[in-house]
Amino acid sequence: MNTETKIKTEAVAQKTQRITGSEAIIRCLIEEGVDVLYGYPGGAIMPVYDELYKFRDQIHHVLTRHEQGAAHAAQGYARISGRVGVAMATSGPGATNLITGIADAQIDSTPIVCITGQVASHLLGSDAFQETDIVGISTPVTKWNHQVTKASEIPEVIAKAFYIAKSGRPGPVLIDITKDAQFEEFDFSYSKCTGIRSYNPIPKTSQESLEAAAALINKAKKPLIVWGQGVILGKAENELKAVIEKAGIPSAWTILGASALPTSHPLNVGMVGMHGNYAPNKLTNECDVLIAIGMRFDDRVTGDLRTYAKQAKVIHFEIDPAEVDKNVKTDIAVLGDSKVSLAGLLPLLNANSHPEWLQEFKDLYDIEFEKVIKHDLHPVKEGLTMGEVLKEINAQTKGNAAIVTDVGQHQMIACRYADFNITKSNITSGGLGTMGFGLPAAIGAKMAAPDREVISISGDGGYQMTIQELGTIFQTKVPVKIVVLNNDFLGMVRQWQQLFFDKRYASTEMANPDFVTIAKGYYIEAKRVTKREELADAVKEMIASKDAYFLEVCVEKEDNVFPMIPSGASVSDIRLS
Amino acid sequence: MNEDIKTFTISIYTENNIGLLNRISAIFQRRHINIESLTTSQSEIEGVNRFVIVVNITEDQAKKVVKQIEKQVETIRAYYHTDEQTIFTESCMFKIKSALLFEEPQIQNIIKESNTTIVTVNKEFFVLEKSGRRHEIEALRRDLNAFGIMQFVRSGRIAVTKDEMKITEMLLAFNNQ
Repeated sequence: MNTETKIKTEAVAQKTQRITGSEAIIRCLIEEGVDVLYGYPGGAIMPVYDELYKFRDQIHHVLTRHEQGAAHAAQGYARISGRVGVAMATSGPGATNLITGIADAQIDSTPIVCITGQVASHLLGSDAFQETDIVGISTPVTKWNHQVTKASEIPEVIAKAFYIAKSGRPGPVLIDITKDAQFEEFDFSYSKCTGIRSYNPIPKTSQESLEAAAALINKAKKPLIVWGQGVILGKAENELKAVIEKAGIPSAWTILGASALPTSHPLNVGMVGMHGNYAPNKLTNECDVLIAIGMRFDDRVTGDLRTYAKQAKVIHFEIDPAEVDKNVKTDIAVLGDSKVSLAGLLPLLNANSHPEWLQEFKDLYDIEFEKVIKHDLHPVKEGLTMGEVLKEINAQTKGNAAIVTDVGQHQMIACRYADFNITKSNITSGGLGTMGFGLPAAIGAKMAAPDREVISISGDGGYQMTIQELGTIFQTKVPVKIVVLNNDFLGMVRQWQQLFFDKRYASTEMANPDFVTIAKGYYIEAKRVTKREELADAVKEMIASKDAYFLEVCVEKEDNVFPMIPSGASVSDIRLS
Repeated sequence: MNEDIKTFTISIYTENNIGLLNRISAIFQRRHINIESLTTSQSEIEGVNRFVIVVNITEDQAKKVVKQIEKQVETIRAYYHTDEQTIFTESCMFKIKSALLFEEPQIQNIIKESNTTIVTVNKEFFVLEKSGRRHEIEALRRDLNAFGIMQFVRSGRIAVTKDEMKITEMLLAFNNQ
């Protein structure tokens, strides 16, 4: 047999042209529709930067202030747009600085392509200046990676990189290109990759699995849907809505699934997980059929697996076969792309409603409102809460903003209380929990969706992990709105210390700088709010600003995020205080 | 799910690419699974490599590991099998002082009875090679150890399955798409 066909490409008859490897890299990016990339120059990638200079009318390079910022910006770009984000760095420390963003993209299934320069191929393995084995280092945190040592490999490898990053379950790809390959001349032509023989990105959805799933759902008295980012990545928001509405199923979301269905939808019962809503967590252990769609049963969602939904039949709609039965044993697995599988499910479902079951969610919501939400959104005590800042942002953006968060208490509050009318509006580091994600991700998001209001919300801890990206904002004039909810603490860790370590606040209190002065140092308009009566006007001013704007809100120092499922506890044991 | 730890032979068909060994071994390392043996070679299909990895894990772990391996872009297919589902063998070599052949006539009997092949003999040493199951090789090593072994080396397991693998069909299907 002929086994030579390892990859398939679009049949594009292109005349070849003799160019350098570095010019080829830029042309490949342009062919893939890249309009902006994020990066930082250095020795081993300089030939490519020289080409970027020549092609500056066609492709916009954003100089971040740290390579980690470049990777997160590429992620933000990808998450809001569904397109592939691109980051570039030099060899050695430039490349290793990308790793946190790459690991984040891997665990949150974000399509990014990272291009790193490498020392010349004759120096590989010689401990040359700024040489590091980035292919080895990045292997466990990339969907695919590859080292290029010859210019002639560049078109095929970059075509594969984009195809792999965005197809199937998306993820990060790293391409490492030696400096001699960047200088070398070769005959260039480009065609996009459309298939790789060893790689089956989307498993086929079987009709039997759909029929079995529909039969279970049609019989269910207390069905519960929990959807995740798979719905957003599969562009299946409409299909999800149709399924939910036809079968009348209360539906909850994981943190990365947020915004796929508007917050205000009557069947949207909130977030599951450690700091999710009371009702969907509690009732996970009451439902008779649990329908998981494009989610992976993360431990922050399930709590103790031995007591998770044991009473329920579990149906898992999933694109990645490795996720099926990984954490939760499923009764029916429906493999495939969520858009295809949900569209296939819809005609098999009976029109239905479950008013009594839905009432249980409402009753538990009322309890959560009394015990938690009232305190967060309608505080009567003096100190500002994080929740009321979100409430004000909701009111003034009408729920149409994209919220980019960092990691910690503010993140949980933002995900719990932000109103989402538009899909792809919750950009946050879910799986990896990367502090410092928010600010650079917001830069990428705003550039990919300039017409949207993009609000970066961080805590005082995470903000300072990538605070230098204020420089990128100043230089590019990208009008992101930056909110820091400052409690002078690493709040989430402090909360755990309070609850589980007898208030021994080891290294969680922060002596913070004057954030307003720092923002102003970067020529960014800035304001600080310390009193409730100042909040509405300050948020209004921020939203109205045509330019970037920084708003610090000094909030209650020792407030806690509830509900909370203590680590390793059952979802039934969710605490309200 | 069966929680007993058993020996599984994991067979992986892959593209022949630099770095893939690293990617596959990382899947085991990350789950704290010790690899008992690992062999890679050309497979029956031109340009397709085959890994044979032996691990002692539960069947649940084996299933999950195989799925993670299959998820890798350059893995064509991966399978796991029990010892009963495979035909397998290992191979070993011994380097022994030539003088012993004459001083210890028993060695000649051991060689004959164990179906061991003499690869080479010279004035200083001779080299034996044997293929077989682990216990046969171990028995031979114990027997020869009594006389002194200069060098001993054993390969990883190689195995073929009793069932068909259907890789060729899969690759043909890709070509005909």
